[in-house]
Amino acid sequence: MSDAKIYSQLESISSSEKPFLDSSELILNMGPQHPSTHGVLRVVLKLDGEKVLGTECVIGYLHRGVEKIAENRTYAQFNPYVDRMDYVAAVSNGLGYCESVEKLLNVVAPERAQHIRVILTELNRIASHQVWLGTHALDIGAITPLFYTFRDREEVLKIFEKYCGARLTTHAFRIGGCQYETYEGFEKECLKFCDFVLPKIDEYEELLTTNRIWIERTKGVGVITAEECIALGATGPVIRGSGVRWDIRKAQPYSGYQKFDFDIPIGTAGDTYDRYLVRIEEMRQSVRIIRQAVEALPEGPIMAKVPKVLKPPVGEIYHSIEAPKGELGYFIVSDGSTQPYRVRVRPPSFVNLQALDLMVRGRLVADVVAVIGTLDIVLGEVDR
Amino acid sequence: MPDETKGNDQPSPVEAGGNAAPERPATPAPPAKPAVPPAAKPAAPAAAAPPKPAVPPKAPVPTPQPWESALVTRLKGQYGSGIREASTYLGQNYFVVDPTILTDILRILRDDERYDYCVDVTAVHYPKREEAQFEVIWILYSFAHNTRLRVKTQIKEGQEVPSSVPLWPTANWLEREVFDMFGIQFTGHPDMRRILLPEGWKGHPLRKDYDILLQDKEWVQINLGIESGQ
Repeated sequence: MSDAKIYSQLESISSSEKPFLDSSELILNMGPQHPSTHGVLRVVLKLDGEKVLGTECVIGYLHRGVEKIAENRTYAQFNPYVDRMDYVAAVSNGLGYCESVEKLLNVVAPERAQHIRVILTELNRIASHQVWLGTHALDIGAITPLFYTFRDREEVLKIFEKYCGARLTTHAFRIGGCQYETYEGFEKECLKFCDFVLPKIDEYEELLTTNRIWIERTKGVGVITAEECIALGATGPVIRGSGVRWDIRKAQPYSGYQKFDFDIPIGTAGDTYDRYLVRIEEMRQSVRIIRQAVEALPEGPIMAKVPKVLKPPVGEIYHSIEAPKGELGYFIVSDGSTQPYRVRVRPPSFVNLQALDLMVRGRLVADVVAVIGTLDIVLGEVDR
Repeated sequence: MPDETKGNDQPSPVEAGGNAAPERPATPAPPAKPAVPPAAKPAAPAAAAPPKPAVPPKAPVPTPQPWESALVTRLKGQYGSGIREASTYLGQNYFVVDPTILTDILRILRDDERYDYCVDVTAVHYPKREEAQFEVIWILYSFAHNTRLRVKTQIKEGQEVPSSVPLWPTANWLEREVFDMFGIQFTGHPDMRRILLPEGWKGHPLRKDYDILLQDKEWVQINLGIESGQ
């Protein structure tokens, strides 16, 4: 995108309080190489002194054409690619994709596979929220949480590694169920992790929840109302932080989530602090789900009967799941061949990022950093 | 796509009762294939035939069924043949509407039917179709009813679609991405620019005639200073 155009677009925005000389207005490039943009996000800011008058996000630096690749791979071959979108929560991506194709094929994963999926996805939600918390706090100036969260996240990654051999891009699920049976001691380790992580979450809260600097930097920052969230399509912890009790795991349960008892935490103010509290509570709820899923882990097969060569009947499907970042949807069109005719990924980070402008207008530059953090974007998913 | 499984169109009105049967012929289909909804793609039936035995034999292959509800009856009464199709496939409902009434339909769905959340806007390219090579799809969700709905419209190469940004601000980036990937212009969009690819890039990668290895060599050489991006 030519910079001249972006700048001229921002030029048209001007401060409401007209100064005698508007020499304080300037355009500032933040990113793509900036530690607090969580990857290669470039935000062009129009500033009046330190006040943000408007923003323009320049994205696409990490565009790999995932949707095009999908059209040139078979259904099974494309499965590992989805892990590379939101690489912080690869398991969720895989779950969404596998479930979508299963719906198209009209097969349902066996109950045992569903439980394993729920356990791993919720472990990944905790890991994803830990990465978010560590980096978000680091951006705002609290260095300690980063070490704590990354230390504790390691335990999740160890379980992943033992289960499927990979720590981050797990490719844990297959279309029709799971490839791998659980390893010996899987249940015990999951429960051990639950016992381990709960006091750790309290520890994070001790560091931040009542910390005066943290409160000053997050309360009333990046406020977005429920109506604005709906209009902008912002989902996940963002809409829940604004007081909408909406979680796809409850609203349209998939993979057996209806069997588990858990709460949907919500905020009231729709600010950065409330979203922080929502995510912290979500980690605790994930622990609850993992415990129930492990305790009720049934015996049985882990793969449904699916043919070796997948050829879903002609048709199309939209299926979405509650990823750690919001609604992750797959719209898949099948022409009856072995390769998908079209795969559209509805990325939560991409849509949530659109709310950035609204959330930072009139605020300070430092708040832009806080708001990017609170939106919890992953550029691999924004750009795909 | 689901309109490919045409063979089942004959029995379905019988099952469905009198309501759907009179509606079907009313669709503005070309005279050559009257029983067939207009989106018929001549190329696919050959490809569609083999998968049937290949699919696990347990369940019969599902086909799109006419979708009947008060909403469909009301909209069909109001817009007649402008609603080209209202179907259900695998439990998911969708409309195929004429591009001229698209904005009206989306507005009715948002305001009267409370489909207040626009989940996604996307498109699919069908170069082999004679009449309409592109399908633009709106995926909507209603918080009040906890239901999803798709609204599709079919357009020719080069034809513009009315933008839905006045209805949902979220459509802004989503429509920009459709433009970026397919070259479909949205009339009334406030900022119709590329979003993921660089502005000077030539071509729209998600079109079917854009090969997976194809790239804008000139752009790559000038801007990246390398021979090829591959």
